[in-house]
Amino acid sequence: MSFYPLVKKYMDAALDEQFSAVSEDDVRRALAKTSLDANDYMALISPTAVPFLEEMAQKASRLTAQNFGHTIHLFTPLYLSSFCSNHCVYCGFNAKNKIPRSRLTMEELEVEAKAISATGLKHLLILTGEAPAKAGVDYLVECMTVLQKHFPSVSIEVFAMDEDEYARLVDVGVDGLTLFQETYDETLYAKLHPKGPKKDFRYRIDAPERGCKAGMRVVNIGALLGLGDWRKDALLTGLHLKYLTDLYPEVDIAVSLPRMRPHAGEFQPSTIVEDRDMVQIMLAQRLFLPRLGITVSTRESAEFRENILPLGVTKMSAGVTTAVGGHTQHNDQVGQFEICDDRSVEEMSTALRKCGYQPVFKDWEPIFDMETTGV
Amino acid sequence: MNEDLFEIGGLKLTSRLFTGTGKYGCDSVIPDVCEASGSEVITVALRRVDLQSDTGNVMDFIPKNMQLLPNTSGARTADEAVRIAHLARAMGCGDWIKIEVISDNKYLLPDGYETAKATEILAKEGFVVLPYINADLYVAKDLVNAGAAAVMPLGAPIGTNRGLKTREMVRILIEEIELPIIVDAGIGRPSEACEAMEMGADACLVNTAIATASDPTMMARAFGRAVKAGREAYLSGPGATKKHADASSPLTGFLGGV
Ligand code: SF4
Repeated sequence: MSFYPLVKKYMDAALDEQFSAVSEDDVRRALAKTSLDANDYMALISPTAVPFLEEMAQKASRLTAQNFGHTIHLFTPLYLSSFCSNHCVYCGFNAKNKIPRSRLTMEELEVEAKAISATGLKHLLILTGEAPAKAGVDYLVECMTVLQKHFPSVSIEVFAMDEDEYARLVDVGVDGLTLFQETYDETLYAKLHPKGPKKDFRYRIDAPERGCKAGMRVVNIGALLGLGDWRKDALLTGLHLKYLTDLYPEVDIAVSLPRMRPHAGEFQPSTIVEDRDMVQIMLAQRLFLPRLGITVSTRESAEFRENILPLGVTKMSAGVTTAVGGHTQHNDQVGQFEICDDRSVEEMSTALRKCGYQPVFKDWEPIFDMETTGV
Repeated sequence: MNEDLFEIGGLKLTSRLFTGTGKYGCDSVIPDVCEASGSEVITVALRRVDLQSDTGNVMDFIPKNMQLLPNTSGARTADEAVRIAHLARAMGCGDWIKIEVISDNKYLLPDGYETAKATEILAKEGFVVLPYINADLYVAKDLVNAGAAAVMPLGAPIGTNRGLKTREMVRILIEEIELPIIVDAGIGRPSEACEAMEMGADACLVNTAIATASDPTMMARAFGRAVKAGREAYLSGPGATKKHADASSPLTGFLGGV
């Protein structure tokens, strides 16, 4: 199976016209339903739905509390390597950018892992650029031997790979996969990814599905909002989520809502995704997929992150640095992008509690190696 | 009514309301909820427990007099459920285990076949096994044979607060199954718990409806009373009603006029 034909079908259709054809009654109907189809979702993403945001928020808030309670999962990203052979024009790690590059050694990784684990966080997201020779699957497998000692749950946000490569990582304890399509607009995608393996649109779009097949427990996707027309990207992201949810019910399908942030390169976003737009996307996704995990990163401001707490978000990053070794080394490494909410885990937890939310540090027990440990 | 004890796994309980530990905005409310509800059994997801953490652990908030009912939330197969149960025992959580085997993250419906397999293995090992299932007579019969201590059919899918949608099927289980029937999941209002009890269910487990109420402690008290009222009605005669209310205050005010 592949989601690609559906992307083509939608992107080739006159989406702008379809969005403007949505009536207020379509939105009301979508709001009244408990199980929404693709047309309902489109109605909620459309400009027609904007005056209904408050109504959507009330419903989304109820659904989120029912399904996830007043809890927010905290995790932090750990950048393992900044080497990258891709030329994504919007990214600070772009191969063309003349920045110092590095890769953590196992000793350095151990130090970083200990420092993060000491903050209480137990869910880790490891990241690399795409440079198989410097930081490929073998390197990730090696990293897992260190990380498993400190974290019950480790997810990867790296390069797209084959199913058997994902399966290798699942075998050594990786339980989650995050992979952003960046944009679902194939023509724009080609412009944004002029060189490097990431150029292959189709290989990337099918990667989350390969992760599902390989046994990942959580598969998290998303579009980098602002690269293209956000309504179209949000629509296709939602349909991609639904596609994966329907085909792989055993996998927790989740979404991230990253907006473009300033970075070391020259490229600047073509559209500005306003707070209101971002809220509309999140609400529509929550109503469309009530059990969807929704991640909001530290690209967003502390104030905005607190405001959207009741609306649908279920996961947040905290204590973030996007530079390699950034948790322990105070060096001159350049980060992948600038973060906006730079609160520590402690500060983040206090803020969440103040808002009536419980920060959840651990929500997974790796049971697969129990046999070897004799429990 | 004082003699109306509920016995399970050799333990005599006065309350027929089981509570949970998930979804609270803050775990520190758990002791109040336990007290207000009168509940004596509380379920906890093993995957959430972090004994190494010094930043506070859900276990610290469970009153010592409560019977702990660790659950296998997160398990997708019988094998995983069994491993979680072993881990629970090794962690000192006792011998009670609620089997949850779910491989469908969309509706969170339990897998009857895998649940029965896990129940059989764990019951043989001396666990007091309380399996969470669809309200299905044949699965329930398998569980009786597998050595379950009770059967926990859902009222509606987990977290939906939809109420007792499986009313007729639960009624059949109550009629046909000798083991205690504990309605688990889906109950959204005290009136629905009351109705389940009136029908003759032996107990109810309520988590989401309490944990996500604006005032969990008051809601816990309401559930405690509702379960009691339903039980008394069952012992004496039928009758129940429902009502609904919705509070709303703006959630998008911060956007400055949308
Ligand atoms: S987005 Fe990823 S693949 Fe693209 S340049 Fe940056 S690090 Fe490399």
